[in-house]
Amino acid sequence: MATKNSRTAARLMMAPAVILLLGWMLVPLVMTIWFSFRNYLPLRGGDQGFAGFDNFVRFVTASAFWPAVGATMLIVICSLLITIVLGVLLALLLDKPMWGQGVVRILVIAPFFVMPTVSGLLWKNMFLDSVNGLFAHVARFFGTTPVEWIIDQPFASIILIVSWQWMPFATLILLTAIQSLDSEQLEAAEMDGAPPIKRFWYLVLPHLSRAITVVLLIETIFMLSIFAEIKMTTAGAFGTKTLSYLIFQRVLESQNVGLGSAGGVYAIILANIVATFLMRIVGKNLDT
Amino acid sequence: MARSITPQRKMFNTALAWGIGLVIFFPILWTILTSFKSEADAIAFPPKFLFFDWTLENYSVVQDRSNYMRFLWNSVIIAGGSTLLGVIIAVPAAWSMAFVPSKWTKDILMWMLSTKMLPAVGVLYPMYLIFIKLGLLDTRTGLVIVLMLINLPIIVWMLYTYFKEIPGEILEAARMDGASLKAEILYVLTPMAIPGIASTILLNIILAWNESFWTLNLTAAKAAPLTAFIASYSSPEGLFYAKLSAASTMAIAPILIMGWFSQKQLVRGLTFGAVK
Repeated sequence: MATKNSRTAARLMMAPAVILLLGWMLVPLVMTIWFSFRNYLPLRGGDQGFAGFDNFVRFVTASAFWPAVGATMLIVICSLLITIVLGVLLALLLDKPMWGQGVVRILVIAPFFVMPTVSGLLWKNMFLDSVNGLFAHVARFFGTTPVEWIIDQPFASIILIVSWQWMPFATLILLTAIQSLDSEQLEAAEMDGAPPIKRFWYLVLPHLSRAITVVLLIETIFMLSIFAEIKMTTAGAFGTKTLSYLIFQRVLESQNVGLGSAGGVYAIILANIVATFLMRIVGKNLDT
Repeated sequence: MARSITPQRKMFNTALAWGIGLVIFFPILWTILTSFKSEADAIAFPPKFLFFDWTLENYSVVQDRSNYMRFLWNSVIIAGGSTLLGVIIAVPAAWSMAFVPSKWTKDILMWMLSTKMLPAVGVLYPMYLIFIKLGLLDTRTGLVIVLMLINLPIIVWMLYTYFKEIPGEILEAARMDGASLKAEILYVLTPMAIPGIASTILLNIILAWNESFWTLNLTAAKAAPLTAFIASYSSPEGLFYAKLSAASTMAIAPILIMGWFSQKQLVRGLTFGAVK
């Protein structure tokens, strides 16, 4: 159906988007790679020449590096597990007949629309604060000592906030997927006497695998680069410095652009490894 | 045939789902309630749930102290501007990929999505430098451009999946009837594409409104949107629960309302059509 003419027109129509994204991808990337090989301290003498691989070596041998990798993995993996497991359970529940389903959906999805700076700040002060926070009130009501959540349980706090933000997303997507499940198949299984747990394991879960993969992909992308949630709560203290937060501090707070850029290159490589792995799955899903 | 269910079962499901829904929603509800309290009531123990002296004072204090309207206006311009600009650039691209696919279409789509995975922090300094050199630091124009670039892959993907659903036969029929390319786009395609474009706009305004990396790092006083407005409340001397709540409520209310209308589009938009 496509003539040569319309093909040329199609190329032209695609050009602005492609060129913009190519520029957006390449220009800052090339600059980051360039800086990562320089000894560049904007506030302390500026660009002091070629540094070879010094920055790359220093970034990974710095004492802050491995803790940052650990913090990133802890936050991402725990939040993924919580949001997906609870998301599946909640989606199964919301799929059942009930009164006021629309309203419940609205209540459940709401946290997703709260901007990260707001949720970080609200959770930190109004709920997790050890003096006036609601959790502290509840603890005192039961006669126990309130926990200094942000200081003593910084990871639990951040994982809680991130999970609260992303569980609605997982639930909504999984619910959509469940609703497309063939109910006759389920009924047949029910009549054949398959218990609920088996129906879930052999029918529902395989049907959901694609949706779960998609949730996993998207949440990983966003969670690897959470920023405001950390800035608003611990600001990287108490061991919660993630890889992206560490790079942010190197670049903007200590103004060591060479070192920070080397970190940036590592982060980009890491993200690309995750991305190619996950893109393959999405690509496969696209065909079917 | 719907599966039959006993009333008791339905009652149980309803109670459980409402309970969980209210727990998830509670932090937002609590914030809204606290925004109407006096500072003393806001930290009272035991906490006051509904029975306190309702006041609007916090809202006027927040507006007076930090000029909420200015931040709101910045958010509107930045979120709206970046989305509209993105849609203008994405519509032709998505249209051509959906209706004149080539063997690279899929690769281009995948590549576009992959630009979304570039960690922002990795290119923070270059962007900072570029912004200084071009005089874009702390300007709305700069943020409109950056947020447009960030969301462009999602906009293209969403539009692509919507356009894909428009049956090609209709276009062929129009062509048979002698419609020109222009007429085809204007009278056949556009009416069918408008719901999809509207959903795309809605979702991307929400994403841009809540974006909190570039909006925090590339603005100072002039162009700061609501994300930065709230961040200014994190300093200890500015911390009063009722005022924090009022500020938070004002920052999230517009988008919460829009978000509730966009639930259905959210799934498609954020899963790139992979879940329907």
